[in-house]
Amino acid sequence: MKVLVPVKRVVDYNVKVRVKSDGTGVDIANVKMSMNPFDEIAVEEAVRLKEKGVVTEVIAVSCGVAQCQETLRTAMAIGADRAILVETPADLELQPLAVAKILKALVDKEQPQLVILGKQAIDDDCNQTGQMLAALTGLPQGTFASKVEVVDGKVNVTREVDGGLETVSLSLPAVITTDLRLNEPRYVTLPNIMKAKKKLLEVVKPADLGVDVAPRIKTLKVEEPPKRGAGVKVPDVAALVDKLKNVAKVI
Amino acid sequence: MTALVIAEHDNAHVKGATLNTVTAAVACGGDVHVLVAGSNAAAAAAAAAQIAGVAKVLHADGVQLADGLAENLAAQVLAIAGDYSHILFPATASGKNVAPRVAALLDVAQLSDVTKVISADTFERPIYAGNAIATVQSSDAKKVLTVRTTGFDAAAATGGSAAVETIAVAGDSGKSTFVGREVTKSDRPELTAAKIIVSGGRALGSNEKFMEVLTPLADKLGAALGASRAAVDAGYAPNDWQVGQTGKIVAPQLYIAAGISGAIQHLAGMKDSKVIVAINKDPEAPIFSVADFGLEADLFTAVPELVKSL
Repeated sequence: MKVLVPVKRVVDYNVKVRVKSDGTGVDIANVKMSMNPFDEIAVEEAVRLKEKGVVTEVIAVSCGVAQCQETLRTAMAIGADRAILVETPADLELQPLAVAKILKALVDKEQPQLVILGKQAIDDDCNQTGQMLAALTGLPQGTFASKVEVVDGKVNVTREVDGGLETVSLSLPAVITTDLRLNEPRYVTLPNIMKAKKKLLEVVKPADLGVDVAPRIKTLKVEEPPKRGAGVKVPDVAALVDKLKNVAKVI
Repeated sequence: MTALVIAEHDNAHVKGATLNTVTAAVACGGDVHVLVAGSNAAAAAAAAAQIAGVAKVLHADGVQLADGLAENLAAQVLAIAGDYSHILFPATASGKNVAPRVAALLDVAQLSDVTKVISADTFERPIYAGNAIATVQSSDAKKVLTVRTTGFDAAAATGGSAAVETIAVAGDSGKSTFVGREVTKSDRPELTAAKIIVSGGRALGSNEKFMEVLTPLADKLGAALGASRAAVDAGYAPNDWQVGQTGKIVAPQLYIAAGISGAIQHLAGMKDSKVIVAINKDPEAPIFSVADFGLEADLFTAVPELVKSL
């Protein structure tokens, strides 16, 4: 069974981004980039399925600039067998619908039984690509997964939802998106990083796949959120209660 | 121009999130219709018809719609999408699950977590965990949105008198089955709608302590209980209590953070609260940078003391 795992190169989750003073976007020049944390969880899950003998091949995919190769090498260091970079120019904004179309073309080509994606990218916070891919390929979806079990030609996905947890059973092939508690990704070891350098990394272009990747949404401006006024420290509980009752009047 | 709101409901009642979404739909301009897709959902459809500002309710009923399976709900929306310029879902787990599926089937972009409607094609939404707000414009003929409910007031639940029209139910995709659900039972207000939230972090140390220390405070204040990701990961609180960038987004009148350090991702979920209180024994904890009132103290002493003085 083949598993396809799309991964995105994003601003590292520890970085507090700054809005550019000209309002055109967020300043990411010289900022640390990493694999989207939810995508790390996706790669880890795919590799665990391989270690359990459920899956035979894990293929990592990334869409974007040439530096995404680093992200793909990380995926292979975690345990992906090979990788595909769908390279696009730096001035093209790849939006979820376009990425879903690219992934559909790869799904048609590679015929994986499972596609495991992170539920959302921590830069655009869209939470769309997995669901869009499922729709375009006509496949069932198990989103926000906290547990994945492949059993008898189906996959049972336990999902984190607003009121707790729910479980759905999906026919294969299926699309799954990962939530935080699905697994804890392993640390990549130096030997695996070295092995990853030798694994196959193929580079293609969207045109090779016959996909139109033009953005549909235009960003008119980017601003900082409204700032909160500075707070005060209170010396004890009595002072806190006084402030809440008499100043803020919330209790 | 007509907007379609996909109602969040439990077949018997319409959920609060639907009311905030109706407000967003009204702001898009044009009439607002509501789709109630469920199983034995006539009561929910009747309730939707009373929402102020709603011109029509469409009711699709079938066992295949009983449990909110995305494949079936998306197909149901697609069946009527042709009539609408805007299709809005609340940004709940269900809305986020289904909206992108609908958008892709319509070959249009989707806008996630819209916090403001500027015009029929221009919206505001948070990016980078809410550290930036983007104003975006969609060039697609149909706009599919998920609406951040804390960005819009709830429409009045009564006062409307829309007609309820029964529509044909879309077929079962046959590719997914609902197996079961584990719902956290609680008498407390729902986290995303609560006026006061008491939230705990990993400092609580155990599930027993989390409940023992925070429950009395939440009880005194009639508050909902929330948690940081670290507390949930450690098993101190259930997953649906997680407040943060990828958990629940809340904006209560009062948010009390006990033993929460205040990571960027947690702040993303609660920094729009009207009043924020932080109780933490680490004076350098980032939570103090957003707190209106910060109490540098050991929560195991401070919280019981707070309960006593209320």
